[in-house]
Amino acid sequence: MSQTRFAESHEWVRLDDGLAVVGISTHAQDALGDVVFVDLPEPGREVEAGEAVAVVESVKAASDIYAPVAGTIAAVNAALVDDPALVNRDPMGEGWFFTINPRDAADADKLMDADAYAKHAEAGN
Amino acid sequence: MAETESLLETPLAGLHRELGGRMVGFAGYAMPVQYTTGIMAEHLACRSSAALFDVSHMGQAELRGEGAAAALERVTPAEIGALRSGRQRYALLMNEFGGIVDDFMVANLGDRLFLVLNASRKAVDLEAIGAALPAGVALVPRPDRALLALQGPGAEAILAGLAEGVAAMPFMGVLETAVAGIPALVTRSGYTGEDGFEIGIPAEGAEAVARALLAAGAAPAGLGARDSLRLEAGLPLYGQDIDETTSPVEAALTFSIGKRRRLAWDFPGAERVREELDSGPKRLRVGILPEGRQPARAHTPIAQAGVTVGEVTSGGFGPSIGAPVAMGYAARDAAQDGTALDLMVRGRAIPARVAPTPFVPHRYKRTPILQGAAL
Repeated sequence: MSQTRFAESHEWVRLDDGLAVVGISTHAQDALGDVVFVDLPEPGREVEAGEAVAVVESVKAASDIYAPVAGTIAAVNAALVDDPALVNRDPMGEGWFFTINPRDAADADKLMDADAYAKHAEAGN
Repeated sequence: MAETESLLETPLAGLHRELGGRMVGFAGYAMPVQYTTGIMAEHLACRSSAALFDVSHMGQAELRGEGAAAALERVTPAEIGALRSGRQRYALLMNEFGGIVDDFMVANLGDRLFLVLNASRKAVDLEAIGAALPAGVALVPRPDRALLALQGPGAEAILAGLAEGVAAMPFMGVLETAVAGIPALVTRSGYTGEDGFEIGIPAEGAEAVARALLAAGAAPAGLGARDSLRLEAGLPLYGQDIDETTSPVEAALTFSIGKRRRLAWDFPGAERVREELDSGPKRLRVGILPEGRQPARAHTPIAQAGVTVGEVTSGGFGPSIGAPVAMGYAARDAAQDGTALDLMVRGRAIPARVAPTPFVPHRYKRTPILQGAAL
């Protein structure tokens, strides 16, 4: 499993056996508050980096989730359908959203590492 | 945080920060949207025990002088003349086109009327009411006062430990008493559907009263929980569910129009209200229960067989229901309870039904003598 990388829009991505696993950061789930619904993309959909592909709904508001890398949606986390609060309980693990079969596995390396993301989040972004 | 720098603060700003409040801008004020436990927990604390909200951003004003009640009736269809001393009433401020300028609370304190206005509308309201006053009646804003809302089934026990006479108050009763030793104007009312109190106090006493209520077991709750609670209770939010274009009939708020006023038709916009009462409004504010778990937010189009028949004005997740809830305006033919609707969320139709409100039954304090009495 590769190092976890972060997008400016607060998604994390981790390469696992050639697939890019995508979720939202601990900081993001904290800012959103209690997650009550997750709208997940259709597997097989072609997505570009930065494209809005999923929606996470908290008690208060709906927020877009962007694809951190380009590729094809491979799978979605069906556990979130019945238990969206999993995003709050384990955002960096069991609360993953979807996987992408990346067009170029090296794309993820262009994103922030954990230290850079921590500074980004701390700056109030 | 630059955006919050120009915002006004309530007398509890320091306490909010101490309690971990997440501050957001609301109606020009820095207000806590939630504290550390989050909206869901704060909402559920209110339904199960008691929650404390800072609502000091709301407008407070006194109307003094001979003929104050009659003067206020010039701008509202509520019955103010018949409002007894020690009682409070919900009222609408109307424009000449039959639209709602604001919704507010008015209490009769015997020698004066006391108004509580929406924060976002208080400047507009004060001007509109002030313009309607005859000589001898004065409208006196009270920005020197703070307002706390203590809400939930545990509210009575908590407040009774700090104030004389509050346990015996009826729903919509008003009492001038001391809370934790500080002179207060207490009303048995709120915006959550639960039993509870609104406590008006001098700004300099607000923190001491809030700390006493928290120490007695109330959970701090922010504007997020206040919004989800009022939505479950079916209560409209000004600027979202009602505004200057919506009439009291469309908004399903005709209960606030006094019987005598419906004979005299002597309030702003009476012509439209009368016409809509006679012929039925074109649209009606209704409760909506979406199927499944996906919330439908404000401005979601409401459709039937592909034709738009209305719009959601408030929508979210109801923590006590454990499912999404919404309210909005539907064309009259689509406004009957049980009517099947489609909510068009991000291009997809979410099946939903028109449903009676409140979604969570109101649990206001009722004494036998008041059962069935008009609000």
